[in-house]
Amino acid sequence: MATKVNDFVLHVATANGSGSQSSNNVLVRSLFRMGVPVTGKNLFPSNIQGLPTWFTIRANANGFTSRRTDCDVVVAMNQASAVQDIQSVKPQGYFILTDTIKLTEEQRRKDITIFDVPFKKLADEVSKSAQLKKLLVNMIYVGVVARLLDIDREVMQAVVTDMFKGKATVVESNMNSINVGYKWAEDNLDYKNFPLKAQSVPGGNKNKILIDGNTAGALGWLFGGCTFVGWYPITPSSSLVENFKAYAEKYRKDEKGNNRVAIVQAEDELSSICMVTGAGWAGARAATATSGPGISLMAETVGLSYFAEVPAVIWNVQRGGPSTGLPTRTQQSDVLFTATLSHGDTQHPILFPNDPSECFEFGQVGFDLAERLQTTVFVLTDLDIGMNLWATNEFTYPDKPYDRGKVLSAEDLKKVADYGRYKDVDGDCIPYRTLPGTDHPSAAYVARGTGHDEKANYSESPVVYKKTLDRLKGKYVTAKKYVPAPIIDKQEGAKHGILAFGSTDFAIPEVRFMLTQKGLKTNYLRLRALPFTKEVDEFIERHDKVFVVEQNRDAQMATLLKSEYPAAATKFVSILQYDGMPITPTHVFKEIAAKENMV
Amino acid sequence: MSTTTPASAPAKTNRIGLEKSDYAGGKSTLCAGCGHDSVTNHLISAFFKSGLNPAKVAKLSGIGCSSKTPAYFLSRSHGFNSVHGRMGPVATGVKLANPELTCIGVSGDGDTASIGMGGFVHLLRRNVPMVYIVENNGVYGLTKGQFSATADLGTKSKSGELNPFQTVDLCSLAIEMGCTFVARSFSGDAKQLVPLVEAALHHHGTAFIDVISPCVTFGNHDGSTRSYDAVREHIKALQELDFITPFDEIKVDYKEGDGQAVEMPDGSWIRLKKLDQRDHNIKDATAAMTLLHQARDKGEILTGLFYVNENGKDLAETLKLPKGEPLYAMNADKLKPSRDVLIKIMQDFR
Ligand SMILES: Cc1ncc(C[n+]2csc(CCOP(=O)(O)OP(=O)(O)O)c2C)c(N)n1
Ligand code: SF4
Ligand SMILES: [Mg+2]
Repeated sequence: MATKVNDFVLHVATANGSGSQSSNNVLVRSLFRMGVPVTGKNLFPSNIQGLPTWFTIRANANGFTSRRTDCDVVVAMNQASAVQDIQSVKPQGYFILTDTIKLTEEQRRKDITIFDVPFKKLADEVSKSAQLKKLLVNMIYVGVVARLLDIDREVMQAVVTDMFKGKATVVESNMNSINVGYKWAEDNLDYKNFPLKAQSVPGGNKNKILIDGNTAGALGWLFGGCTFVGWYPITPSSSLVENFKAYAEKYRKDEKGNNRVAIVQAEDELSSICMVTGAGWAGARAATATSGPGISLMAETVGLSYFAEVPAVIWNVQRGGPSTGLPTRTQQSDVLFTATLSHGDTQHPILFPNDPSECFEFGQVGFDLAERLQTTVFVLTDLDIGMNLWATNEFTYPDKPYDRGKVLSAEDLKKVADYGRYKDVDGDCIPYRTLPGTDHPSAAYVARGTGHDEKANYSESPVVYKKTLDRLKGKYVTAKKYVPAPIIDKQEGAKHGILAFGSTDFAIPEVRFMLTQKGLKTNYLRLRALPFTKEVDEFIERHDKVFVVEQNRDAQMATLLKSEYPAAATKFVSILQYDGMPITPTHVFKEIAAKENMV
Repeated sequence: MSTTTPASAPAKTNRIGLEKSDYAGGKSTLCAGCGHDSVTNHLISAFFKSGLNPAKVAKLSGIGCSSKTPAYFLSRSHGFNSVHGRMGPVATGVKLANPELTCIGVSGDGDTASIGMGGFVHLLRRNVPMVYIVENNGVYGLTKGQFSATADLGTKSKSGELNPFQTVDLCSLAIEMGCTFVARSFSGDAKQLVPLVEAALHHHGTAFIDVISPCVTFGNHDGSTRSYDAVREHIKALQELDFITPFDEIKVDYKEGDGQAVEMPDGSWIRLKKLDQRDHNIKDATAAMTLLHQARDKGEILTGLFYVNENGKDLAETLKLPKGEPLYAMNADKLKPSRDVLIKIMQDFR
């Protein structure tokens, strides 16, 4: 095999809870610091200890780092999955096998190279403690892989030092283990002829960081002025709030040590969203983060926020549904449910960040929109964005001031002749609100989820009710002016369009590259929000066919598109992946190629 | 305990110069004779006497006949008539966003003890600083008379059904959950309820008042344990109460043995005079539980102040929220970390 530089898929199979997280991190982060385009995805079970878990790393000089299922190298540390793991190695690939795993002669494939590594014996060299050995064996495989791939040892040393900052003995024992593996590979394997190599790229990954979307979202909340969080733990959204809490501990203290934020772990999602709605009504920038089952429980209160016009921000880090579904797997299957969540005629603005950098940005944008539009704004990410490591653009400091929307103070009210909480004064269907505590005789009103007139009085009048519903519809149209516009990338002469959003975006550049090689040019629209804006109208208008790529079974975004653009309904061709795993360009390419009779 | 200053004619304006009508609300749409309307009137009296600025009050409720009442008092206050069973968590958010508001929640027995039970007990655990009133009629009024979770065992519905389930005693539950102010009263007892509400408004933490408030339409028949007649027959007031603020001319001169007196954190006082042969120390939670259990076993509707603890930490304190600087009013200058902080944070992700 000819040598391939910075182009490989490495897959590590371990058992959940065995402590392989930091080792895999050392591998990804070292490659990242060498300037190699890389991502790391954790494919883990809903279990604390014991079930099989995989970490998949893809490096690609062209920057195509979406998941691939055909692995160049697989490290097999888990007996339970070994038989399956050996099958994931591509022909001529490599299988690094711990000698504690027994495979039959038959199971040992002949079309690949198997390295049997005495990990148990090597672990005996690094520690006497059984518990430590279990952890450090993971660093030993890092050493073996590092030798084979030529990962820069100095860079690794720096990564390990940063990772265990201030714990010199931990750094030492981890480095020692890496070196034991490295040395063993040097002495026992023909590493020089190993065809896959990592090579430093000067200036590579400049202005990039390696981060997960939940941490990025948490930072978005921090800089975006979030002052209230009500939440209830649920995978894969918990780490968003937990990270926010940790950052708030550091950066949201006043001089006296008080907190400039309230974070309440509620008894359930019914309560968490009610707390958020109460805080939003009182004027705070309030948010919650949840996932599938939590969204279902929040439905009633989201309708209240819509009808009583109360700002709220909900981050839905999507996982595999329905029901409890696959809690630790990824999907984009809450699009339809969220778009009109709650009974009655409801419609909600939704933001779809495509990577951590945009999670950071939408951290603030979500609050700006919620306060501007006085309603619940959803941010839909997924487990892939939220919990995996992405090489993403370094965050830009948000210079834009917060948009606090239309709020009248007691001072403002002196100039208002006949204040009505739900009056459309500006013709944009967004009324002016007052906050509780505003000391002016005309400030007070009763917010309610029941029928109400412009002055917020209870009303069952058919005329008043219909007028309110129509204004709310108008407000959703106004939202088009405020939500982030889609990003469009064109190829000269393309007649077909591709439309994708969220984590699916990651696969599209490679899909288009593959399609171009086969002679199919495409224009690409990355949707960033609902409602659909005029750019989407035009994009659909201009193409004879639009491939809508999404990660769910029922073509949920395509369903929304077809209902919004009935005349263009036949243009939409759905390309779907819904096995719970992060989307692969290969699959999308094959599906499009099949539809176009290209194969 | 003795007082000076004889009672004079009630003042037309309170200490902030407002008249009682300034605390009134919209016209009620409840049935004539509904206990909830009486409670509304007592709330108006208590707020008027307290001299609180209505603009600085927030009224919260869930859904039900009882939950409609915030529209019928304090029209100068903001109100939030939310969804069924969720008054508690909505109030929690409101209060934390703006701790300067005096929050009063009005709920029903269905709203609190049935659908809203989860939120209710957790609100008590957290000691959210607010007044929490349940207008307890033992039925779902608004959905026409089904039993609620506080319906007494064996009570008869208007349609003739007997309740086969154990009742939820909200007061003993509240004490169990660590609520720091627990009382019961009756919609027809202005003399007791008005000072109780006043005291609740000055309490440090959650003040819970379970107000027996008969439903004339679906709970006032023979065989109902919450009809006006049944309540009058079984009610027993534990104490007579007086509430004295630091602004009142009456001076508190507390003498041991005369009854109990509780000083509130803002310098006001609750004076309690025993009406019953039972001795009850309102600082003793265990004694309060025993008292409530015994009363229930006897079929007695015991009213009064059962438990007070002014030393609890409320939720705003637990969360260490800044005093005098509400979260809702903070802007980027207070909230957005500097550019240098972002640069520093970015270093962790290389
Ligand atoms: C989620 C939900 N379920 C059911 C209802 C119907 N509902 C309205 S009020 C009510 C019961 C109210 O009882 P209670 O809180 O005791 O108030 P009351 O009318 O007796 O004062 C019910 C079941 C509702 N509004 N929302
Ligand atoms: S139904 Fe009962 S609770 Fe409702 S208003 Fe009438 S009397 Fe009051
Ligand atoms: Mg009731």
